Amino acid sequence: MYVYDEFDRAFLQERVVEFRDQVERRLAGELNEEEFKPLRLMNGVYLQLHAYMLRVCIPYGTLSARQLRALAAVARKYDRGYGHFTTRQNIQFNWIKLAELPDAMADLAEVVIHGIQTSGNCIRNTTTDPWAGAAADEVEDPRLYAEVIRQWSTLHPEFTYLPRKFKIAITAAKHDRAAIRVHDVGLRLHKRDGKTGFEVMVGGGLGRSPYIGKTIRDFLPEEDLLSYLEAILRTYNLGGRRDNIYKARIKIQVHEMGAEAFAQKVEAEWAEIRDGALKLDKAALDAIRDRFLNPALEDLEDAPASLATALADPDFARWHANSVAPHKAKGHAIVTLSLKPVGAPPGDATADQMDAIADLADAYAYGEIRVAHEQNLTLPYVRQKDLPALWAKLKAIGVATPNVGLISDIIACPGLDYCSLANARSIPVAQKLTERFADDARIADIGRLHLNISGCINACGHHHVGHIGILGVEKKDEEFFQITLGGKGNSKARIGELIGPAVSEGEVVDVVERLVETYLDLRTSPAETFIAAVQRLGTDPFKERAYAPR
Amino acid sequence: MPLVKNGAPAEDIFTAVADDAALPDGPVLVSAERFLKEADTLVARNDEIGVLWPNARDVAELKPYLSRLSVVALTFPKFRDGRAYSQARLLRERYGFKGELRAVGNVLRDQALMMARAGFDAFAFEKAADAEAFNKALATYSHFYQPTGDGRATARDVRVAHAGPAPVEG
Amino acid sequence: MTSPLQRKLKIAGPTVVTANRLADGAVVWLSPAGGWTDSIGAAAVGSTSEDVLRLLDIAHGDENTAVGAYPAPVRIGADGTPEPANLRERIRVSGPTVALPAGASAAA
Repeated sequence: MYVYDEFDRAFLQERVVEFRDQVERRLAGELNEEEFKPLRLMNGVYLQLHAYMLRVCIPYGTLSARQLRALAAVARKYDRGYGHFTTRQNIQFNWIKLAELPDAMADLAEVVIHGIQTSGNCIRNTTTDPWAGAAADEVEDPRLYAEVIRQWSTLHPEFTYLPRKFKIAITAAKHDRAAIRVHDVGLRLHKRDGKTGFEVMVGGGLGRSPYIGKTIRDFLPEEDLLSYLEAILRTYNLGGRRDNIYKARIKIQVHEMGAEAFAQKVEAEWAEIRDGALKLDKAALDAIRDRFLNPALEDLEDAPASLATALADPDFARWHANSVAPHKAKGHAIVTLSLKPVGAPPGDATADQMDAIADLADAYAYGEIRVAHEQNLTLPYVRQKDLPALWAKLKAIGVATPNVGLISDIIACPGLDYCSLANARSIPVAQKLTERFADDARIADIGRLHLNISGCINACGHHHVGHIGILGVEKKDEEFFQITLGGKGNSKARIGELIGPAVSEGEVVDVVERLVETYLDLRTSPAETFIAAVQRLGTDPFKERAYAPR
Repeated sequence: MPLVKNGAPAEDIFTAVADDAALPDGPVLVSAERFLKEADTLVARNDEIGVLWPNARDVAELKPYLSRLSVVALTFPKFRDGRAYSQARLLRERYGFKGELRAVGNVLRDQALMMARAGFDAFAFEKAADAEAFNKALATYSHFYQPTGDGRATARDVRVAHAGPAPVEG
Repeated sequence: MTSPLQRKLKIAGPTVVTANRLADGAVVWLSPAGGWTDSIGAAAVGSTSEDVLRLLDIAHGDENTAVGAYPAPVRIGADGTPEPANLRERIRVSGPTVALPAGASAAA
């Protein structure tokens, strides 16, 4: 992973000093709440229903074992012994006290992590493929560019008070595991004539007006990445709407101007700055590339004998088929740790689990852990011959449920149990669904199915792009849930279609089950996935069955 | 409003003049509308002239006059409204404005360093305490990740100047 | 957003003013004495728009102690003290409706 230097460390120390001073001035009444709020948000500090929440940045989802232990320590010392991994590859602590936050941040700064720009109307943590550097289907390692963007965007003086938040995602693989089309800017790394560059998409996003990002440039040479981003951000900062918080994202600007007119404005701005100080020459890129310490993987054979023996155990075989993905290096594998055990809040991990995972990463995975946007963890460098031993240990700490990519691998926001914006609870619905779909063989038969739950229209659970999406709404102080069908978050992203009136909390699990049964009845074969069947059949046959017994 | 200019408390010698008021002697600050309407007369005066420029208006309109303007005051109606940061960079870095670039409106110490990096050199603070803390605020960070036109050293400059030891996991 | 404050305030029934304490974020209610209490049972109850606006003015005047004040509906319980009247406020009083993860400590 990228190794921070003295500069990064000094910067973070200065950040802690600055925030401590701001907290002291707030507590002394020298800053009022209106003045203080954006400052705390820019350090990842929200005020939720019961307490302050600290969102810690995990740059492009990459953590060292040491950093994960530091997160566990913060969870114990300042919080209630657990944390919640988010769809933006970050982690949140739910019970922090404002007065203690500067100390928590100082502890995190010791291992060079922080909460900078995890909230606020600024450029947020750039996210990428959790399998970056390991994926068999990747063109190049996207983390280099994510790090380039991290450095450029950190405390960017021009883009810290944007109309609204700004999220960038980047992928370099055939299969998009970073949901780039639903980001303010999506970057798809690809090659043209041997040169590295990016397809640039703008204006994607979910929330109350969901849009799929529009491509404004097919190929942006890598050396122009930052100048082009600066041109996009400047166009947005000067022209994005500030009269209505719900219309302030860049997606609305792109939509109202039209993608073509927006692109022209960006290109005109870019022409002025492309050969300036932001040009990424080879030396600039190499300086960052050289600070990535990637593990020296052993020269190993695929499918070692010990693995073949272990596969005779059906439980191991089920997990292996579900949670282990091909690696670009022979004899290695990518392992996903499911943070979605039956009956638990999706994406939560206790401090004890974090410590145990850090130890396992050290023992089996070169000390590196990734956070996936599906709210699971990934060990990107595991020797295939170690898989049986690793599995036994993952199972012992409850992170080997073989449900990755299946119906119980639910993406959910914290919902009304924690969040001050939510209209309904997400976690209890997720819990009931995982209990209904607790049978490993049954969910494996159902196959790939993304189920996403948001507790309000802000869509932190990405319900629009769930194959089945669930949106909590409130009617006369009762929770109801709207169901959407057919959404997709990958390279062929689309927004799900609402299938009918909202259903009560008591009905939502039954409705989901009827949708699944409809699919099982109508699929051409088990090879036809749920989403493929929905696309082939349209939503009508599902709607009829979903509401039939009412 | 305590004014800080080039890092020190400064007296504001510019008189803000309403659009329909007669021009007094001495340096004046006028609105964008008035400036553009009377630009030729205004810049021909012997006194210094400044313009108060709204954050929703393209600063390119000022290009023909920049060499004769002493002050461009850019506004922060709320400190959260950051359009003037882009305007400041355009004026300094693209159009080469050398005069005083003044931040006015909801100007607070916690944004002063960002404003300075964008090219502001004068700050009309709302609170006296913020004006007093100006130099401390500007020293909050010793280095910066990204280049702007402010000439401050960036991470890359520092790294090139002090090529440190090879990275080791720490 | 938490409930926006408007000078025209519609009050459907007994209402308290609640906020989060600045220093630790804990849920608090405005008390009859004009201070803050961490027990909803000890909160000042308003039953007219004027009452509640007056309570809100007191609350907003004390933003250095508690922040984000807004009116919340209550029921008057058998013992004569206010209880939360909707799900959001019940969760604010009693905490998340889901069990914390096994191994999590009950309090910081």
